Amino acid sequence: MAYRPARPNLASEEPQHLSRGKVGISCLIITESFFFVCFIVAYLYYVVILQVEDGGPDPVELFRGDIMVYIASVTLLSSSVTVVLASRALARGAHDKFRSWLAITLLLGGFFLFATILEWMHLIGDLGMWLDTSTLGTCFFSLVGFHALHVVIGLTALSLCLLISFMGRLPEQQAERFEVLSWYWHFVDVVWLFVFTTVYILRVYT
Amino acid sequence: MTVLPRTSTAKPEPSRPGVLERVHEWVVTIDHKRLGILYISAGILFFLVGGIEAGVIRYQLAYAANPTIDPVTFNQMFTMHGTTMVFLVGMPVLLGFGNYLTPLMIGTRDMAFPRLNAWGFWVFLFGGLLLYYSFIGSSGLYGAPGAPDVGWFAYSPLTTRAFNRGNNVDYWTLGILVSGFGSMATGINLVVTILCLRCKGMKLMRMPIMVWSMLVTGFLVMIALPVLTAAQVMLLFDRFLGAHFFDPQLEGSVLLWQHLFWFFGHPEVYILIIPAFGFISEIIPVFSRKVIFGYTMMVVALVWIAFQSMGVWAHHMFAVGLPPSLNAFFAASTFLIAVPTGIKIFNWIGTIWGGRIIYKTPMLFALGFVGMFVIGGLTGIMLATVPFDWDVSDSYFVVGHFHYVLFGGTLFAIFGAIYYWFPKMSGKMLSEKLGKLHFWVLFIGFNLTFAPMHVSGMLGMPRRIYTYAPDRGLDIWNLLSSIGYGVQFIAILIFVWNILHSLRKGEDAGDDPWDAWTLEWATTSPPKSWNFNPLPVVKSRRPLWDAKHPEDPDHEYE
Repeated sequence: MAYRPARPNLASEEPQHLSRGKVGISCLIITESFFFVCFIVAYLYYVVILQVEDGGPDPVELFRGDIMVYIASVTLLSSSVTVVLASRALARGAHDKFRSWLAITLLLGGFFLFATILEWMHLIGDLGMWLDTSTLGTCFFSLVGFHALHVVIGLTALSLCLLISFMGRLPEQQAERFEVLSWYWHFVDVVWLFVFTTVYILRVYT
Repeated sequence: MTVLPRTSTAKPEPSRPGVLERVHEWVVTIDHKRLGILYISAGILFFLVGGIEAGVIRYQLAYAANPTIDPVTFNQMFTMHGTTMVFLVGMPVLLGFGNYLTPLMIGTRDMAFPRLNAWGFWVFLFGGLLLYYSFIGSSGLYGAPGAPDVGWFAYSPLTTRAFNRGNNVDYWTLGILVSGFGSMATGINLVVTILCLRCKGMKLMRMPIMVWSMLVTGFLVMIALPVLTAAQVMLLFDRFLGAHFFDPQLEGSVLLWQHLFWFFGHPEVYILIIPAFGFISEIIPVFSRKVIFGYTMMVVALVWIAFQSMGVWAHHMFAVGLPPSLNAFFAASTFLIAVPTGIKIFNWIGTIWGGRIIYKTPMLFALGFVGMFVIGGLTGIMLATVPFDWDVSDSYFVVGHFHYVLFGGTLFAIFGAIYYWFPKMSGKMLSEKLGKLHFWVLFIGFNLTFAPMHVSGMLGMPRRIYTYAPDRGLDIWNLLSSIGYGVQFIAILIFVWNILHSLRKGEDAGDDPWDAWTLEWATTSPPKSWNFNPLPVVKSRRPLWDAKHPEDPDHEYE
């Protein structure tokens, strides 16, 4: 690069008190939260409050007693615990443990995604639902879909970490970076709590 | 970014590089100062384009029943004018100043994420170009190419497929969506920079008000822009996947769009004005030769405004028929937000009071800002009164009101900031003579354009109408507004000439031409890419005062 800031004695300068990575990911989480709030508001407005009837399937019949989604939720939430264990293992320099916990995290997250795919195959394939068939379809697929997209992003990033670790390029000095990523994964899980409550509890059981 | 530890600063300046090389340097740059200048320059270019669109509007409305412009073109002009000025002028110029000044003012070398910063700029620029490509690339009404024509807040059902068969709305949605990603990146970057990279001794309550305003703006961008993004994504789903969010024919709600848009839209207004508050809070003390009056309250007022700006959005929707209780709530919260704003106005006056005022161009613009912004604020309080709003909603009164805030407020502050910091950015002074001429011509032209709009609005002139009948008492007020546009046009020409002329032949500025007190004046003009060596250590809110007056430093009083 022709123009590169020449940094005088940067190595000797004092490190900052606050980590850029942690503050940055917190900011990203705030931003993304407001993105999700909009889709949750749309779902609440149309499906829970207005209870629009436009010939689409009834969410109460659709989601009541769906055992799979509970299992998937528990799986996703437990992956938050395993990612912390992985993060701590990496900070200690226990690389094998790190890889094991990370692999378990990936499996748990992967199972959640698999459950979503099964559910969508049922809704789209068997019942013929999609964004354009009813207001419920519009709200459900956009909200759950954006959450699933974030799961995919998180799983991709975590898989890359596993790959990099197997290549021997994730030393414990980089543990903070992994911790930053694990915060993002926690965020994906916490969003699911809200999505789950909105979609599978509020209208269905109240 | 990866940090390359270098032990030596003595990197020899390359002998004057060729044009292509210099362009390449600017394209690949991750230096916050260059990116700041790029943001500001791109913003000024879009400003000229948006200004020409305003000229078409004012030409068409200069006299009654003017047959020149057809309604479709007129709709495109006001849509593009509004969209351009908000998304492609206001935000990039203000965030550009934030980019340029924040690391300098807090005594660090760059933004927290320099590459993200570069990404943000280019994404913004191409978002803007995508929006403008609609003029030739879209298929609008009747299949002819045309820009978006649904107004800058693009109410549904105008944007539904049934009423908008072409794809110019999609250009609007995608252009704003893409440039919005750039804004969010910059907002996050500013917040992280300010929270993490302050130099030694730069406590939060020692930061210049300008930096505080950028911190608050960064938070507002982080909160408001994703809501716009979500709304735009929903609109795209509606238009391309047949979703039902905003289409009333499919049980969708036009109100949801309005709520989402204005939940973004009102914080956006403060995103556009809070950095301006920051500029003014830097300029007024320096040209009054006094410390800013009520620093703590200035900070409190900024944060207060930011919080409350998220609870006033429905005052844009009084005329749609919300329940009276909601109207009352949003009217009350809008009245209340005038309190912190008033605190700021009084503190600026308190700073000027008893000061040794120097009437240089930046100060003229700052004083113009205070006056014009007060007028815009007062008409804002009038509009917060629900019955009055019902009467003048969507009339030229509203147009006059928000131009006093965004033109008399934000734009005057931007011009003040350009005159104030141009010497730092370029190493050259802007001509004081041309600057004063620019100010006075613009001041007269501005008031000539926008003051009559209050009258024509109260007489019943609706906004966004491409023509009007003669003999309704509207002619003279519209003519005055159009003449005022011409006067402003001359002022802008003077400004552009001043910039071009001073870049080549301006006086050398030196490090600190205004005898100012904040850290950006402690380094060379223009600063080296690493800003400071060694990094500064501060003990008070005015580190340069301490350095210049060791016998009477500020930190003994704070």
